[in-house]
Amino acid sequence: MQKTKFFLGGMLILAAVVYLIFSSTQASAEYFLTVDEIHAEGAAAVDKSVRLSGAVLGDTIQYDSETLTLSFEVAHVAGDNAEIEAMGGLAVVLKEAVSDPSRQRIKVVYVGPKPDLLRGEAQAIMTGKLGSDGVFYADELLLKCPTKYEEAVPEQAATN
Amino acid sequence: MFVEFGYGVLLVSFLVAIYSIFAAIYGATNKSASMVESARRAMLLTFPLLSLSAAALVYLLVNNHFEVSFVYEVTSRSMPTYLKVTAWWGGQAGSLLFWSWLLSAFASAVTIRKWDRDIEFLPWVIVICSTTLVFFVGMVAFYENPFTRFWLVGGNVEPHLFAPLNATLFTADDGNGLNPLLRHPGMVIHPPMLYLGFVSYVIPYAFAMAALITGRTDDRWIRLTRRWSLWAWLFLSFGLVLGGRWAYDVLGWGGYWGWDPVEIAAFMPWLTGTAFLHSVMIQEKRGLLKHWNMILVILTYALVIFGTFLTRSGVLSSVHAFANSPIGPLFMGFVSISLIVSIALVIWRWPDLRGETEMKSMLSREALFLLNNLLFMSVLVVCFWGVIFPLISELFTGQKVTVGPPFYERATAPLFAALMFLMGVAPLSAWGHSTLQTLGRSMWKSAVAAVVVTGILFVTYTKNIIALVGFFLIALVIFVTLQEFWRAARARQRAQKENFLTSLSRLMGRNRRRYGGYIIHISMMLMAIGILGIELFQTSTQGSLAKDEQLNISGYTLQYKELASWDDRGEGVNYTRAVVDVYKDGEYIGELNPRIDYYFDSQQNMTIPGNRSTLNDDLYVLLVDWQPVSNAGATFKVYVNPLVNWLWIGSLAFMVGIIFAAWPDRDPAEEPARSGVARSSKQTSAAD
Repeated sequence: MQKTKFFLGGMLILAAVVYLIFSSTQASAEYFLTVDEIHAEGAAAVDKSVRLSGAVLGDTIQYDSETLTLSFEVAHVAGDNAEIEAMGGLAVVLKEAVSDPSRQRIKVVYVGPKPDLLRGEAQAIMTGKLGSDGVFYADELLLKCPTKYEEAVPEQAATN
Repeated sequence: MFVEFGYGVLLVSFLVAIYSIFAAIYGATNKSASMVESARRAMLLTFPLLSLSAAALVYLLVNNHFEVSFVYEVTSRSMPTYLKVTAWWGGQAGSLLFWSWLLSAFASAVTIRKWDRDIEFLPWVIVICSTTLVFFVGMVAFYENPFTRFWLVGGNVEPHLFAPLNATLFTADDGNGLNPLLRHPGMVIHPPMLYLGFVSYVIPYAFAMAALITGRTDDRWIRLTRRWSLWAWLFLSFGLVLGGRWAYDVLGWGGYWGWDPVEIAAFMPWLTGTAFLHSVMIQEKRGLLKHWNMILVILTYALVIFGTFLTRSGVLSSVHAFANSPIGPLFMGFVSISLIVSIALVIWRWPDLRGETEMKSMLSREALFLLNNLLFMSVLVVCFWGVIFPLISELFTGQKVTVGPPFYERATAPLFAALMFLMGVAPLSAWGHSTLQTLGRSMWKSAVAAVVVTGILFVTYTKNIIALVGFFLIALVIFVTLQEFWRAARARQRAQKENFLTSLSRLMGRNRRRYGGYIIHISMMLMAIGILGIELFQTSTQGSLAKDEQLNISGYTLQYKELASWDDRGEGVNYTRAVVDVYKDGEYIGELNPRIDYYFDSQQNMTIPGNRSTLNDDLYVLLVDWQPVSNAGATFKVYVNPLVNWLWIGSLAFMVGIIFAAWPDRDPAEEPARSGVARSSKQTSAAD
C-alpha cells in the first residue's frame, strides 16, 4: 500500500518534469540557421525563433543613438565549428566571408546599446525573427571576435 | 632553465602518482602495510612536486618570458604583477595545472590525517585520488602543456616543447594579455573558487569508492567526508555567486545569470551536491537511501569533471568558452570510464546497500527529503537537457535547434517553487512519521503570517500573480524557520533556566549543521527576493541627452552634466566617463559615473555601469554612446532593478550559514545513535 503510494508519487513527479521539459522546449526552441539557410527558407522562416550567425561587414554598421537602433549586414559563414576549423579557423573564415562579394548577405536590425565587441569581421550570433521585409530583427546579439587572444603563435613580422 | 625544471618536476609527479596507484593496490590486496605507507608517501610527494612546477610557471608568467607560448597567450607587459600571477588560471593549460595542484593539496591533506580504524579506506582513497591526478597531470604534460616554447624553424614560428632540428628559440616582444573583461577582482577569484569546489568533491567520491571496494558500506564514509562536502559546496556556491556579480558589474546587460552552457556546467554539480547534502542526513539518521547517496556522489564527481571539460574545451558555443582543443575526447573518455566503473561497483555491492528500515509515511522528514532530492534531480535533468538538446536535435533531425533562457526559466520555475514550499514544510516534519494534522498544527501560525504579508504586498506593491506566489513562499519559509529558532530556544531556556540569547547561541552551537542549514534557508529566501525583483519588475529606458537634459524612470530623474575622455598611456586604456546627476522624487541624491574603458592593446571596449544600490532597488546606468567632438550629448541605457541587492545580501548570509555549519566543533560529541529514532514526533523534530 505504502509502496504503491510512493511509486505513484514518483510517477507523478516524473510526468510533471517530462511535461515541463517538452512544453518548454517547444515554446522556446530556436533554430540555428546560417545566412544561406535563412535565404533558402525564405517566407517559411518568417516569425520563427531563429539563432542566426554571420560575419559582420564593418562598413555597414550604422548606429542611431537617438533611438538606439543598430543596423548592419552580415555575410554567410558556415555554421558548424568543425567545418570552420577545417577551413583554417574562425579568423580566416570571417575574413574570407567579408571580402567575398558573392556571399549571401542579410540586413540585421537591433535596438539597444551598441555592443562593445561589434566591429567588422566579428562573428555575430543573433537571436530573433526574420521580418516579412527580409530584415532580421534581433532581440539578442552575441559577438565573437577572433581577437589576438586566440592567436596561438605571435606574428613574426612584428618582432624582427 | 625554468621551463625544463617546471616540466621536469611535472613529469616526475606524473610518475610518482602512477607509482602510488599501483603501490596502493598492491598493498591493499596483499595486506602489506608497508606498501600502503609507501603509496601514501608517494601521494604526499606529488604536492611539493606540483608546487615546484607551478612555481616555475608563475615565475615565467611574472617575468615576461614570452618565449613560452602560455605566457605569451595570457600576459602582457602592461599587466600588473598580481594579474600576471592570476593569469596562471587564465588559460586552459595553466588552469589544468592549477586543478592538478589543488587536487594534490587536498589529497595530501586527507592522507596525513590519523586513520586509526579507517585504515582500510586509505589505499583505495589513494587509488582514486591518484588516478584522477594522473589523468589531469597527464593532460597537462602531454596535451595542454604550459611549458611549450616558440621556435623559429625555417622562417616560421612554431610551438614545440623541445628544440626541433636547426631551430632557434623565438621570443615575442610582448604577449597578448588577459582579456580586459577578465581583469576584474571577481573574475580573478571566481575560477579558483569554482575549482576549489570542484576539486573538493573528489574527496567524498574517493571515500565512497573506498567504501564500496572494501565493503564497509555503512555511513562511515559519509561522516568522514561530511566537512569536505560542506566546504566543497561553500566554494562552489561562492564561485557561482562571484560569477553572477562579475556579470552584473562588467558585462553591462543589467543581469547576473544568462543560462549560458558554461554557467550551467558549474551549476549542475552544485545541484547534485545540494541533493547529496540533504540525503546523507537520511542515511545518517535512518539508514535509508544508501544506493541513492552513492549515485549522487558519483554523479557529482562525473559532473565536476564534465564541468571542467565544458568550461575548458569550447565544445558548446558560449560567451566564455575557450578555443577548441584536443582534450575533449580524453575528458569524455575519462568521465565515461569512471562512471561505468563506479556504477559497476554500486551494482556489485547492491545487496549491502539496502536500507535498514523502510519509509512509511509520505509526510515524514525522510520522505520530504527524498522529494527534495527528486526536485533537485529534476532541475538537473532540465539543465542537462537544455545543454545537450542542440546535439540531440542535430543527431535526430539534422537541424541544429537550441533552447535559450526562456526554456530554463519556464521549466525550472515551478520546480524551484516546489523546493521553496518544501523548505517551509520539511523542517516541521518528524523523522519516521508525520501527518497532515501534526504538520498543520506547527505550521498554521507561519502560514497565516505569510498570507498577511502577501495581502499587504498585494495592496501596496504588486498585483503580479507569479510575484505574489513567490513572495508568499518566501514569507512562509522565513516565518517557519524563525519560528523553529524561537521554539527550540524557548524550550531550552525553560529547561536550562538561561536567558534567551544564551539559549539560542548554545542551541545553535550544539546543532551546527541544523541551524547552519536554517541560516542557509533564510539566505536563499533573501536571494529569491532579489531574483523575483530583477526578473519580474526590471524596467529600462534609454535616451540621448544634451547637456542638462533629463530622463525619467520609475521615480528617478537623471540629468546629464558632462563627459570627459582621457588616455592613461601607462595602463594602455582610454577612459570616457560621464557625470549624471540623480534625483529621486525631485530631490538630489548624488551623481553616477558610467564609463567606457577602451583598451588599446586589445582594441576592446569595456562598459562599466554607474550603479546606485539601495535595499529597495538598483539604478544601473550605462553609457552607450557620445558625440566625440562637441561633448554635447551622450546616450544612456538605464535599468531600474528592484530588490536586486537582496540577492547579494542573501549570498553573503548564505556564506555565513555554510561556514557556521562547516566550522569544526569544539567538542566532537558522538552523534546520537540511530536507535533513538522511534521517539514521539515532536521530540525528534526538535532534538535531531
